[in-house]
This record gives sequence, C-alpha cells and structure tokens, in this order.
Amino acid sequence: MDKRKIVVPGETIISGEEFLPGDGTRREEQDIVAERYGLADVSDKLVRVIALSGVYVPRRGNTIIGEVIDITFNGWIIDFGGSVNGFLPISEVPKYIAKGELQEFLDFGDIIVAKVQGTDGRSLDLSTKLRGLGKLREGMIIKINPNKVPRVIGKEGSMVKIIKDATNVEITVGQNGWIWVKGSKIDDELKTKKIIEFICENSFIEGLTDKVAEFVKELK
Amino acid sequence: MVIKMVEKSKYTKRMDGRKFDEIRPIEAKIGVIPSADGSAMFKTGDTVAIAAVFGPRVLHPQHMQNPEKGILRVNYGMMPFSVSDRIRPGPSRRSQEISKVTEWALAPIVELEAFPNTVVDVFIQIPQADAGTRVAGINAAVMALAHAGVPMKEMASAISIGKLDKTLVVDINKDEEDFREGEGSTDIPICILSRSKKISLLQLDGKISVKEMKKVFKMAKEACTKIHKVQVKALKEVGR
Amino acid sequence: MNVPEIQKNRIIEYLKEGKRFDGRKPAEHRKIEVKLGISKKAEGSCSVKFGDTEVYVGVKMGTMEPYPDHPDEGTMVTSAELSPIASPDFETGPPRIDAIELARIVDRGIRESGFINFKKLCIKEGEKVWSVNLDIYAINDDGNLIDAASLGSLIALANAKMPVYDEKEEKIKYDMLSDNPIPLNKNAMAFNITFHKIGDEIIVDPNREEEEISEWRLSCAIADNKGEAMITALQKGKESALTDEDIEKILNLVEDKYKKMFPKIRKIVFGE
Repeated sequence: MDKRKIVVPGETIISGEEFLPGDGTRREEQDIVAERYGLADVSDKLVRVIALSGVYVPRRGNTIIGEVIDITFNGWIIDFGGSVNGFLPISEVPKYIAKGELQEFLDFGDIIVAKVQGTDGRSLDLSTKLRGLGKLREGMIIKINPNKVPRVIGKEGSMVKIIKDATNVEITVGQNGWIWVKGSKIDDELKTKKIIEFICENSFIEGLTDKVAEFVKELK
Repeated sequence: MVIKMVEKSKYTKRMDGRKFDEIRPIEAKIGVIPSADGSAMFKTGDTVAIAAVFGPRVLHPQHMQNPEKGILRVNYGMMPFSVSDRIRPGPSRRSQEISKVTEWALAPIVELEAFPNTVVDVFIQIPQADAGTRVAGINAAVMALAHAGVPMKEMASAISIGKLDKTLVVDINKDEEDFREGEGSTDIPICILSRSKKISLLQLDGKISVKEMKKVFKMAKEACTKIHKVQVKALKEVGR
Repeated sequence: MNVPEIQKNRIIEYLKEGKRFDGRKPAEHRKIEVKLGISKKAEGSCSVKFGDTEVYVGVKMGTMEPYPDHPDEGTMVTSAELSPIASPDFETGPPRIDAIELARIVDRGIRESGFINFKKLCIKEGEKVWSVNLDIYAINDDGNLIDAASLGSLIALANAKMPVYDEKEEKIKYDMLSDNPIPLNKNAMAFNITFHKIGDEIIVDPNREEEEISEWRLSCAIADNKGEAMITALQKGKESALTDEDIEKILNLVEDKYKKMFPKIRKIVFGE
C-alpha cells in the first residue's frame, strides 16, 4: 500500500482479519473502513487515519493557548478555537485569588498558556499551576490548522529548534494551533511567521525538515 | 386478444445533444473559502454550487443544544442573479424546504457523537443555476464536510433523474425541466450513500409508473457512482 | 472576530515601524484578482478578490414604472448579503446594519459619480424604465469587503449587456442579450478606498484582524476631474473621531492613490 495514501470516508483502507481498526476507522467484515478524510497509516497491524483537517480535540496533558472570554464567580472561560470552551478554575492558578478579584488577575482578552487537566467532550478543565504557564504579556499570536501542529513542532521539537536557531525568538506552540512568538526585533517575528506558514503549506512533502532549512537560508 | 398500443415518447433526442444516461460535464474543487473549516465547489454543466462548513462549534442559543451529540444545520440559498428572473435575496419557502431535505440527506453520514452541545453548520450558495441546484448543493456539501474533517461513516452523491413525456434522462437541465409536451416533465432528485448505497434524499414532482421508478433508481445509482469518483478525486488532489 | 489585546498591541507596534503582519506597507493593497462571468444568468457578473477576501457581484436588469419625480430616468437598487458562508462571524437572517451600510456606500459611490446614464435607461417616459439590480455576495471575508464590493460593482456594470425588451409583449427577453452595454459615463467612474486608523497610522485594504481593531474608517469614492483627484462620496464609520491631522493625511493619500491606482483600476474595470 502507498504509504501516504489520502482516504475519504467510507473507503476501504485495507482488508484482512489480522488488521486492527484504530483512530478514524472501523471494521466492516474483512474491511478496515475510513471514517474521516485524511492520511491512511498502517503501522504493524494497526490501521488509522491521520486527520488533515478538523477541529482540535483536546487530550489530557496538552498545552494549549487561549483567550479569556468570560469571567465567572469561581474562574475564567477560555476560548481556544475548539468545539467547547475551556474553564480555568480559581483553584488552578499558582496564586491565591480572592473571589471578586478575578478580573485583576486575568482580564477579558488576556491570552494564556494552559494545560488540559481533563475533558469529557462537554467541558474542558484547564490549569496554569505549572512553570511556563499563565498569562502572556506581549508577542504575536499566529493561528494555524491544529492538524499541522505536529509538523511545526517536529520530531522531539526538531522543527521548533530550527525556527529558534534561525530567528532567536521565544515560541510556544499550543496543540490547538495557536502559536505565541516573541522576538527582540519585529523582523525576527515576521521571519518566524513566514517559516511557520511555509511549514503549513508544505506539511505533506517528503523531507520537510531539509526543505525548511533551505527556506530559512533563503530568508537571510 | 387486446393489443396494447405503445405510444412513442415525444422526447426522442436531448436538447443539448447528450445521451439519455449522460451527466453534464462535472468540475469539483476543494478549499474555495479560506475562512471556513471546510469548503468545496461542485459544478455540473451551468449549475454551480459552493458549500462551506463551520464547526463543530459551540451552539447558541443553549436550549437548542443536544447533550448527546452535535447537530447538523444546513442553509441553502440561491444568489439573486443565479437565474434569469432575479430572485429576492433571503430565505423563501422553497429555500427553507431544500435546506431541510438537504439536512436529512446529510444526517445519515455524519457522526457527531463525540461533539455534544455543538453544531456543524453547512452553508450552500448557488451563484449560477441551470436546474439540479439541490443535488449540486449536496455534492458540494459532502465534499466540504469531508474537507472540514468532520467524522463521517461514508460519502454521498446526488443526481436528478428526469422523465420527459415517456423518456427517462439523467441530470436534467432547465430547458428539460420546462418540457411541456406529452406527459410533461417529472423531476426526481435522489441522494445515494457511497458505501451502503442507501437513499437519503428522494423527492418527486410529476407522474411516473412503478415500473419506470425501478429504472430510475438504477439510473441514479450509475450516475452517483460517476459523481462519487469526481468528488473523491478532488479530495485526494489536496495535500499532494 | 475578537482580536486579543497583546495581538492588537503588536499590530500597533509594527505599524510604528511602517510594517504589517503580512509584510505590506501601510498604504499597500493586497493582490487584486478578477474573474468575469460567474453567472451566465446575470446580465453582468464577476468575482473580485483582494487577497483572501472575495465577493461575487451580479447585475440583473428589470423594468418598472419610473419614480414620479424622475419620469424619464431608470433606477438602481443595490443589495448586499454578508452570507454566513463567508465568515464565522456572520449569521443567517435578514441583512443587518453592516450589510445595509455596505450596500449604501457602494450605491452612493456609483450613483453620485454619475457613472450610470439613467436618462438612457428610459423605455417610455412616465410609464416604463429600466431598473438596474446590483447584488453583492460576500464569499470570503478577510477584511475590506467594502472596497472589494465597490470594485466588483464597477466591473459587473461595465461588462453587462442589456437584455432585449419586447415592446409588444411588454417583457424582457433574458435569453436574448443584446450587444449593447449599460449606458455608462466612463469618465465619471469613481472607485472606493477605505482608510483605517490603527494606533497612529492610517492604512488601506485591512485584513480581518486589522479591520477589527481599527478606531475609525473613512470610505472615499475617488474620481477623475481633468487629471485631478475628485471625491464623489464619503462615509466615516466606527466610534472614534478624526483629527485635522488625520483629514490632511487622508487627503494626501487620496491624491497619491489616485495617481498610482486610477489608471490601473480603469484598466481592470473597462479592460482597456
């Protein structure tokens, strides 16, 4: 089978009892059938469809970036571009906040980095207790298709490293596709944006890392 | 013995020269609306449909939410300049009915159990019409749903079969829709699911015998197989 | 669309150095792309793209009884739909104030410049005149729909052909388009540029983020008067107010844009 085969819903990816249906697939007698549009992947006997598009589905432990859109009596409502909003309870910030002082700590329109504590599809609980989480005070936000996030991060963060080496920016990639970038110069941030756009546009070509390295050279 | 006279149909040759089972030239394209989560254009002959999908996203107002699964909402409309006699913009009885039957045509293929309290919005617009706009809209919408990454059991394709006097034809255009001789024109839009071959849209406007109706389904299945191939090709070209 | 505070601050800081997120200069337009004939059923139609922003515009001709105060003049109705197909921020339902305002700005730019020769659209004085129906559909909103819609309207009008009017049957034969264009005063053409103020800077052709955070906007319909820039319509929008300095800057920008863009826009509209 072609390693990078794009499949559509209802399409038989592979047939045989030895195969196991994974994410985005189902079994129908002998056939493993795609249940979403994406790249078919068969590793060992596990068959799955890697999404090319679609809304971000949060998983416990994910780091995401979002915006405060509402404040309740005991926490903050966070929009992160998903199918539900997140909730950051007052108990999950690293500081004691008295009720009635929530807005002074995090205000409408503030951007935060948070960890996903738990989710049941209807709600999403967030935390900013760990180091490196919490409110972002300056910088640029770039929004990308969340399905491209693994490519922007790269294997063990290799792609992020290429970006940092080329531009000297601080960067946090949220699993939800929101990326925060801060450089000491505007041109460094613009360069970072161009590189990220390049990665997203070329996310499915072979040898992407080398192509990005080339692109970075040309930018200089 | 009584010999039944079989009258010859008054529609012996198609006005645009097509064979009776021939669909008009098709074009399909993905990603025509960058702001949408998924989008597609589907064109047969001079009928053009564009579709955009947004979601799953939080559904307002809250009382419409379903805590068990996400809901699908379809909105179909024709642009005022899509037909000779300008249509007033905004929803009409016709467009609201088509929105609803399209919603029902698409509902069996989408799987929104993982997205409770949300909505998937499908917007269909017709910039240029030459009959068959609802089926073109469905074909575009199915592609846009897949493109948006919405979980789906299978795809779907739709076609309009026509009966002109006594002749059955595939994919009728406006001139054929207006055919008035003999038994006149009967329009039968049908949507067929790609894998299970189930029928998710079925309407009829006119007169037809039961025997002929059997042939209609056979013709529709053949046409939908052809349309499905074009939809799949457009989806597979993206990402290359 | 909601633009977070830190993003807004960044956009303002960038503009202080004369830069924008997409690499453009403050007074620079995005790439303009035009496609003619998006509907064969229209007497004239086109799609216009400013970057990722796209609008469809169609012209349909009808007939009606003239207004009593102008018994020998044709009429024009401009409508705009900000269909939810174009943006997650648009909703279904009757046109809201932003769609109504957009249509009014486009309408005024065309009407007040005298671009259409309404006297030549008279069929029988006091009884029957042509009506020009201009319909604008937003297809994708990435900011500046106003200027895209305005340009699209000029193009659709300039490329439209009059249908045949059957005087005996007293109806329009839509399947018989004549070779006659809509009677236009080509020299009166006015094109629209909407200026936006962000921080201390004035920009043109904003994308969606920029449009969202701008303090005010000023739409100017710019025409030619014997080689000089002439303004034929203005509309100030949004909550903040303009200073003398702002006005001066804009008037200079209008002259500058007139010099640089007017010949190009004429070429796009009339294909000359």
